[in-house]
Amino acid sequence: MALLDIEGLSVRFKTSSGLFAAVEGVDINVDRGEVWSIVGESGSGKSVSMLATMGLLPWTAQVTADKMAFDGQDLQQLSSRQRRRIVGGEMSMIFQEPMSSLNPCFTVGTQIDEMIKQHLGGSRKERHERALDLLAQVGIPDPARRIKAYPHQMSGGMSQRVMIAMAISCNPRLLIADEPTTALDVTIQAQILELLLRLQEDTGMALILITHDMGVVAETAKHVVVQYAGRQVEKQDVKSLFANPRHPYTEALLSALPERAGDQDRLPTIPGVVPGQHDRPSGCLFNPRCRYATEHCREVEPVPAPDDPARTLCHYPLEDGVSPSPAAAGVARDNPQSSPHREVRP
Amino acid sequence: MFKFFLIKLAQLVPTFIGVTIVAFAFIRLLPGDPILLMAGERGISAERYAQLESQMGFDRSLVVQYLDFLKGLLHGDLGNSLVTHAPVMDEFMSRFPATLELSLFALAFAVIIGLPAGVLAAVKRGKTLDHTIMGVSLTGYSMPIFWWGLLLIMLFSSTLGWTPVSGRISYMYFIEPVTGFMTIDSLIAGDWGAFLSALHYLILPSIVLGTIPLAVIARQTRSSMLEVLGEDYVRTARAKGLSNFRVIMVHTLRNALISVVTVIGLQVGLLLAGAILTETIFSWPGIGKWMIDAISRRDYPSVQGGLVLIAFIVMIVNLLVDLAYGVINPRIRH
Amino acid sequence: MSTISTPAAPGSFRYQLASFWSDFSASRGALVGLIFIVFILLVALFAPWVAPHDPAMQDRAALLVPPVWHAEGSWNYILGTDAVGRDILSRLIFGARYSLSISAMVVVISMGVGIFLGLLAGYFRGWIETVITRVMDVVLAFPSLLLALGLVAILSPGLTSAMIAIALVQLPYFVRLTRAAVIGEKNREYVIASRLSGAGHLRLMFNTLLPNCMAPLIVQATLSFSTAILDIAALGFLGMGVQPPTPEWGAMLANAREFMGSAYWAVTFPGLIILLTVLMINLMGDGLRDALDPKMKRS
Ligand SMILES: Nc1ncnc2c1ncn2[C@@H]1O[C@H](COP(=O)(O)OP(=O)(O)O)[C@@H](O)[C@H]1O
Ligand code: SF4
Ligand SMILES: [Mg+2]
Repeated sequence: MALLDIEGLSVRFKTSSGLFAAVEGVDINVDRGEVWSIVGESGSGKSVSMLATMGLLPWTAQVTADKMAFDGQDLQQLSSRQRRRIVGGEMSMIFQEPMSSLNPCFTVGTQIDEMIKQHLGGSRKERHERALDLLAQVGIPDPARRIKAYPHQMSGGMSQRVMIAMAISCNPRLLIADEPTTALDVTIQAQILELLLRLQEDTGMALILITHDMGVVAETAKHVVVQYAGRQVEKQDVKSLFANPRHPYTEALLSALPERAGDQDRLPTIPGVVPGQHDRPSGCLFNPRCRYATEHCREVEPVPAPDDPARTLCHYPLEDGVSPSPAAAGVARDNPQSSPHREVRP
Repeated sequence: MFKFFLIKLAQLVPTFIGVTIVAFAFIRLLPGDPILLMAGERGISAERYAQLESQMGFDRSLVVQYLDFLKGLLHGDLGNSLVTHAPVMDEFMSRFPATLELSLFALAFAVIIGLPAGVLAAVKRGKTLDHTIMGVSLTGYSMPIFWWGLLLIMLFSSTLGWTPVSGRISYMYFIEPVTGFMTIDSLIAGDWGAFLSALHYLILPSIVLGTIPLAVIARQTRSSMLEVLGEDYVRTARAKGLSNFRVIMVHTLRNALISVVTVIGLQVGLLLAGAILTETIFSWPGIGKWMIDAISRRDYPSVQGGLVLIAFIVMIVNLLVDLAYGVINPRIRH
Repeated sequence: MSTISTPAAPGSFRYQLASFWSDFSASRGALVGLIFIVFILLVALFAPWVAPHDPAMQDRAALLVPPVWHAEGSWNYILGTDAVGRDILSRLIFGARYSLSISAMVVVISMGVGIFLGLLAGYFRGWIETVITRVMDVVLAFPSLLLALGLVAILSPGLTSAMIAIALVQLPYFVRLTRAAVIGEKNREYVIASRLSGAGHLRLMFNTLLPNCMAPLIVQATLSFSTAILDIAALGFLGMGVQPPTPEWGAMLANAREFMGSAYWAVTFPGLIILLTVLMINLMGDGLRDALDPKMKRS
């Protein structure tokens, strides 16, 4: 039985101009101790789908799913009290903006203590010891002093370490990290990723790492979900994803990697942006940016082929880097350099 | 923190000097001869005129007069009332506790009702309860309180006979003033009946004086709660699996209070302005009524002294609010 | 950059207006407020035709007649009469003229002077700013009504002095807002571009900076308008504002006060109309704020 088992997750927001489907048809099934990654550009619905899992979306959100279970318990059926026992205790989450994710009015110690008290209990002294341990564990120097610090007295990297300490304080079985390094200095980013992976290995918890960076995916995850404009466009384990991307969006993300761009002067970026609420195209959501798009793509929404394990959301899934799309031949001729170099492997 | 206090204190000095200049200029700006004006219609003898002139220092240069005024002020000497001939300072001080007591009760009323109402409206945003609370608040905010007082008197005092019409305590009790707070003094005297009577007399005036602050506090609480509810750290609090109650009362309200406290502090000026009207309606023997009487009796030294002292109080309270702001906001405290 | 702070090209001004109107009218309260204000303005304007009686006419045969829904009431005096037999409804209708016009003058004066001082302070900074802000701090140190009372005492009670006093009390809010807005806008590209193209101080202040700082000022103006109505009435009630027998709402209340026990209508209606007017202006102000201030839109 999977630890986290989600099928057909959809999230719609009530907005002044009607319902907006921010996430639709996302499946993810994480087993104990696995490392997963959800990847996609900003606006792909990565955060929203995981916030929905945690039950943290604002009241304007309507969450539906064919299945949404944690450790066999149906999250949709649980009372809010039962759900709160899981959230924070067995399944916890850290966020993209560490500086604003800590309450400015309370010390680091108080905020960690509150979490331990909620889920583990114990005497004040025991909780204090545990908080000190946790701070040391996440690599915060001089925990005895830092525990009395207020968030505004700490750097972004330090804050994220505190958030991590807090998130693992109750020995969760699943940690969701929503772009934990995006807001940090480049030098700190690697340290935080390393810390997360080390903690994952030490504790055996499962980890879902949200990122927009395929480089991070290569270094961390075993399984990857690729999301675009709220849809899950493909799901594979990391090796085959890098070797054989099935969706043109995945291919484009991969060819934006510096290693793969080869000797080109500029990194190939995907032209255009992720469509938001008001500029969703008809047919395949990726068609305005897809180099294989055909008239068919612009008219008909693709569905995954039933026999496709990657569940690729495309009319013309790539086979060994080659698109069967009638539009593909033209592309290759126009722009011979843009076909991905495929030497780099995770 | 102490440095923060000193900076705030230093910033007050120019304002304080400005206030003294305004009060000083007040008597000199009166059209016509201030002494004749003060004397009123009955006129004044030449001797008394000369006496008053030197008493008020009108025969010397403006700068000397101002410095004298300032010197007197620093010694707590604001001259004498033209009506009672008692020192203005004493007159003020004997009435100030009545106003303070009323204002504190009004503020307590406003906070005790306004704060939870604002929190509730924010939590139930968009629902009927929210609309109702905000509608009532806006009505309270728009209230002409002198009319509101009359209306409540007509209803609760005249028609229903539940509350007294005016004064601070029933004539059946005489309480020796110690602190000047009727509620405290009656307790000191050990007179339980007097204490209840004093509370009874406080109900309507406190409601009337507290109405606008209540509305302001409810509105501010709601809007800062809504702002804080959208903050990342509130999401973190939810992600910790805390109860809804704890998320709202601890993580949201604690931060929302920072701006609410500021607004509560700003109500002091409003309370003192409102006290003028409330005290007039309820014949409440405080400084508001005293100022009105002084103005209508042309007791200019009293008016002048009252202006300085009230402005002074407002400034001190604003300073205290700044301090409270520092205390509850760790970003300033450290 | 928000639509409001973008300098309006002739074509887009229309668009801005339309988008403002759609935001404003989205709020039912704001619309109700606007309709009421327009209604009462019309009533005030056409008072001599609308009012059933001369507001000063004293009907000796009809002292303290109750409103029409009482058994003793009559259609002749719908809201009843006061202690000297004057028709309350007519006095309220004529009273609207005083309240609204004085308050409008208050807003015009304090907004005009406030914008001027605020522009000076924000544009030139330095000692000019220091002096102006210090003086405004002093004004704010006094409770508004008290300062107004003090001023009226100097100027002698009456319509003009009440107006000046209340305008002064409102001044600091306009100065502060303008100053803050000007400081915020001063270094934006369009201002610098305008300066580089040789615009003078005055032109920069009034033609370039001011139009882009208007949104918060308009919101403040509605707030000041309602506050002014309340303060005028309060002064009238205390006998320091518009003097009887002028049918000013506050003064009417003061007159009726002694008949509180016997003639509730003489007290109730003047206060009710003050409350309604102020409430409706504030409703409209809330709508304006939501429509004009993009920051506030969400809540
Ligand atoms: N509270 C909300 N109300 C309406 N739309 C939202 C809300 N939160 C997110 N969205 C929209 O949902 C989409 C997905 O957002 P998000 O999950 O944050 O993307 P990602 O994390 O992949 O960058 C975006 O278009 C965003 O604008
Ligand atoms: S369906 Fe068509 S447009 Fe969409 S990704 Fe596949 S090829 Fe591209
Ligand atoms: Mg995100």
